[in-house]
Amino acid sequence: MEKKSFQKIYCKLSNITKATCTLKAGGVGYEEMAFIQGRAAQVVKIIGDEVTLQVFSGTEGLSTDSEVIFTGESPSLAIGDHMTGRFFNSFGKPIDGYPIMEGTKREVGGPSVNPVRRVQPNQLITTGIAGIDLNNTLVSGQKIPFFADPDQPYNQVLSMIALRAKVDKIILGGMGLTWDDYLFFKSSFDQGYGKSKIIGFINTTEDSPVERLLIPDMALSTAEYFAYEKNEKVLVLLTDMTLYADALSIVSNRMDQIPSKDSMPGSLYSDLARLYEKAVQFPDGGNITILAVTTLSGGDITHAIPDNTGYITEGQLFLRRATEISKVIIDPFRSLSRLKQLVIGKSTRSDHPQVMNAAIRLYADAANARTKLENGFELSDYDKRVLKFAKDYSERILAIDVNLEIDQMLDQTWHLFKAYLSIDEVGIKQEFIDQYWKN
Amino acid sequence: MSNNLYTCTGEITAIIANMVVVKANGPIRQNEICYYLHNNKNIMGEVIRTDRNYAYTQVFESTRGFKIGMTTNFTGNMLEAYLGPGLLTKNFDGLQNDLNKMEGVFLERGARTYPLDVEKRWTFKPIAQPGEQVLAGDWLGEVDENGIPHKIMVPFKLEGTLKVVEVAQANDYCINDTIATLSNEAGEIIKVTMVQTWPVRLPIKSYLEKLRPSKLFETGIRVIDTLNPILEGGTGFIPGPFGSGKTVLQHALAKQAAAEVVIIVACGERANEVVEIFTEFPKLDDPRTGKKLMERTSIVANTSNMPVAAREASVYTAMTIAEYYRAMGLRTLLLADSTSRWAQALREMSNRLEELPGPDAYPMDLSAIISNYYSRAGQILLRNGSKGSLTFIGTVSPAGGNLLEPVTAATKKVARCFFALSQERADNKRYPAIDPIDSYSKYLEYQEYLEYSKIHIGENWIEDVDFVRNTLIQGREVYEQINILGDDGVTVDYHVMFWKSELIDFVFLQQDAFDEIDANTSIPRQKYMLEKINVLLKTSFMFDNFDEVRNFFKRIIYILKQMNYSEFQSDKFVGFENELQQVINEKVKA
Ligand SMILES: Nc1ncnc2c1ncn2[C@@H]1O[C@H](COP(=O)(O)OP(=O)(O)O)[C@@H](O)[C@H]1O
Ligand SMILES: [Mg+2]
Repeated sequence: MEKKSFQKIYCKLSNITKATCTLKAGGVGYEEMAFIQGRAAQVVKIIGDEVTLQVFSGTEGLSTDSEVIFTGESPSLAIGDHMTGRFFNSFGKPIDGYPIMEGTKREVGGPSVNPVRRVQPNQLITTGIAGIDLNNTLVSGQKIPFFADPDQPYNQVLSMIALRAKVDKIILGGMGLTWDDYLFFKSSFDQGYGKSKIIGFINTTEDSPVERLLIPDMALSTAEYFAYEKNEKVLVLLTDMTLYADALSIVSNRMDQIPSKDSMPGSLYSDLARLYEKAVQFPDGGNITILAVTTLSGGDITHAIPDNTGYITEGQLFLRRATEISKVIIDPFRSLSRLKQLVIGKSTRSDHPQVMNAAIRLYADAANARTKLENGFELSDYDKRVLKFAKDYSERILAIDVNLEIDQMLDQTWHLFKAYLSIDEVGIKQEFIDQYWKN
Repeated sequence: MSNNLYTCTGEITAIIANMVVVKANGPIRQNEICYYLHNNKNIMGEVIRTDRNYAYTQVFESTRGFKIGMTTNFTGNMLEAYLGPGLLTKNFDGLQNDLNKMEGVFLERGARTYPLDVEKRWTFKPIAQPGEQVLAGDWLGEVDENGIPHKIMVPFKLEGTLKVVEVAQANDYCINDTIATLSNEAGEIIKVTMVQTWPVRLPIKSYLEKLRPSKLFETGIRVIDTLNPILEGGTGFIPGPFGSGKTVLQHALAKQAAAEVVIIVACGERANEVVEIFTEFPKLDDPRTGKKLMERTSIVANTSNMPVAAREASVYTAMTIAEYYRAMGLRTLLLADSTSRWAQALREMSNRLEELPGPDAYPMDLSAIISNYYSRAGQILLRNGSKGSLTFIGTVSPAGGNLLEPVTAATKKVARCFFALSQERADNKRYPAIDPIDSYSKYLEYQEYLEYSKIHIGENWIEDVDFVRNTLIQGREVYEQINILGDDGVTVDYHVMFWKSELIDFVFLQQDAFDEIDANTSIPRQKYMLEKINVLLKTSFMFDNFDEVRNFFKRIIYILKQMNYSEFQSDKFVGFENELQQVINEKVKA
């Protein structure tokens, strides 16, 4: 960090914790950026002349006489078209070995969109995955996380969707990614047609956890530039938001805040909402869609992180291994896309909503039948048929490696209805039965 | 603004997120509004605690860039709402800025806009006569606000008995024109315009008395109106884990409920959900008046990404607007989604103030705050004999879906209707996911309501509803038995009992909020269907085995659902009804 003449320099820290330090300083602005012996830090508390800084890369090895330089600026980033195809760290420095490029500095984590200026999301995003397109249809401008156990292939699914989605930019915010996963993302975008579209902000497990706190703001401010200034369709991938929230709790504990549920800060909801709400459809056509990952521990969705996330995002997609076909599917019961109503049966075929619901109802009946079987009860004729339906439905439609157009998904589901069930059992509006039950 | 508008000034001495401490050079008042001068903009805040000459304030916007020593001006006034014609159709933020008047796509800091239109002309008709004695809240005249008789009242802040000196003649006026002059007990002359202000944290109490609710507040939602009715001026809450249908249910209420005025407060929830209202309400018709829904609606939107302190204020702003319309003798509905986000805003601030935390780190007086808020709802009797009502329904978002958490527990103590959304029902797509058995309406114990229902719904209504409820309870017990003993382990009668309860569930409880016809069921139609179902519940059918039971009930459920999707008493409806009769006749004869 170069010193500039007007910048104030201090060299007496009064208190150092694992993530913060305190010193006496004047004329400092709230949320201003500073550097402590070259380490990036941000003002998080000012009481009189006592300023508390959050040190992103950690305070290990800092001494009480460290040099502190205040920048006089809130967090900013040189954002521009030159970023395309590049990967950066939490501070916006390139990590891909190519040189630093200049651009106009823009404030990171700026103001919110006026809700009356938002446009209701209305463009379908297709992924080829039936668990999404058929049952939990996504819409541009939506924000939705995958809820997944740590051992599930969530990053693979994320990159597959990113490559199939028809968007102008893909912005990857990696938090606590293993180096291997970073390389995986990088090479899959290199191989796919993604290279010309990708921008990555990466914090790996080798970096300090507190640094992660900068990643989503960087990614989303960049997304805002492309979506708002350039009217582009931007897809933001945030993985893993659980590790982001963990970093929030580290900092708040260091600041002696009273923790609420699961040792998370009481402001967790607002902290996460501030990020996720950056998803938007702008009036001039640009949009930001956020696909995130929230890893669960032991599948517990009542934990504060997934719980608050679910209250903020527009649905959630559960990854689950379907035992009957031993493949990963998107769980039709617990997954939900809250914006699907805006497109299904409108941008898609009019039988879509009813076919979707009927298939899920039958799938639920199959789950009941399986429980019966496990408890040693005899199965009725209906139970047997619905089990067959469910197996075919998982294998031919739901499995994550199946890639279909939505019309094909609908046709195949009708085909399975007819193969195993009666019209009453399927329970779809007569007009659709008349149209699709024939052939 | 010049300095003499302010009661005193001060300097910032500490900044912790959106909590700022200011050392004042004069007397400071609890809950007064202050402005911090930042980059030539006035950023608004509120005093939430005082300690000697230090004011602990919450800032209604981001504090980024705030510095120690920054000038702060105190106004001496509490946060106030502007009340006058033109509130309806508006979209406000939590501090009542008109969001449509804000420039640009992004909300710029320090931007403020006036909530009403000063140039619009309203057609005024006088009500009061010169010489009349009046009190605060009495009607002086009225204007037509989108077909709603909007009363211009004696300002709520005026004290004592006043005398009407003059009332303007029928004509078109702007809100700031004088429409009446009054004289007070001291003989001072007071000019009254069509706009007045009121501190949002205090209830408007210009009425004679609060009455016990007695009339059904129709919502068109079967599981509410029939099984867990809410009354005009009543209170209810909707707790449920995420995705269980709280917001869809609130939107359905906003669209269909029999209210003359609807105030919606989107409190710390998703921006896209308010966008849905902005987009749809101007197009949808009010089923009762045929006017556009937006014309009876006002929205206070402080979504989750907007400042937290303003979120806390938003519920009071909305309540005050609702009370204002109630004082005109109107049937008002206030919907808040979600009151948990409001409680969380209180928690964030309480933690920053380092107050002693209660359960889950919420403030100790959370219960009292919630109960005070709910108590502002109610049916009122005005001095002129008219009645007005404010029905309040809030959602609660329990952490981890746990109904014992502090916000749910505190709300349960005060709200009279409990519409419990069940995760299991939502997972099974049995919408609305209101649990028919766990939910309750305390109004069913009100003698006033029992009498009302006899006259306005039906002589045997309460008995019919009880019969349905008991069948549901029985069905649930039988279901558990079947699960333990297996399909073959119980008699066919058990299956019949179970399927009778499923019939109620599928045909009556479940209701498709996205189907134009099914979404909204009138009371006569609810009665018609309930009676039809009751006949079926009381019929004995002959079955050989449980497969036959299931097939039969699936068949009649299917037909009954087709009736739900058809216009009431239309040819289509009657056609399905006849088909149903045939299917039943076969089974009864056999
Ligand atoms: N009455 C209903 N009919 C059909 N679908 C519903 C109904 N209620 C809820 N849903 C579905 O559930 C989703 C979540 O509902 P929502 O009201 O947003 O939940 P919450 O506010 O409790 O988180 C909706 O997007 C919709 O798909
Ligand atoms: Mg909701």
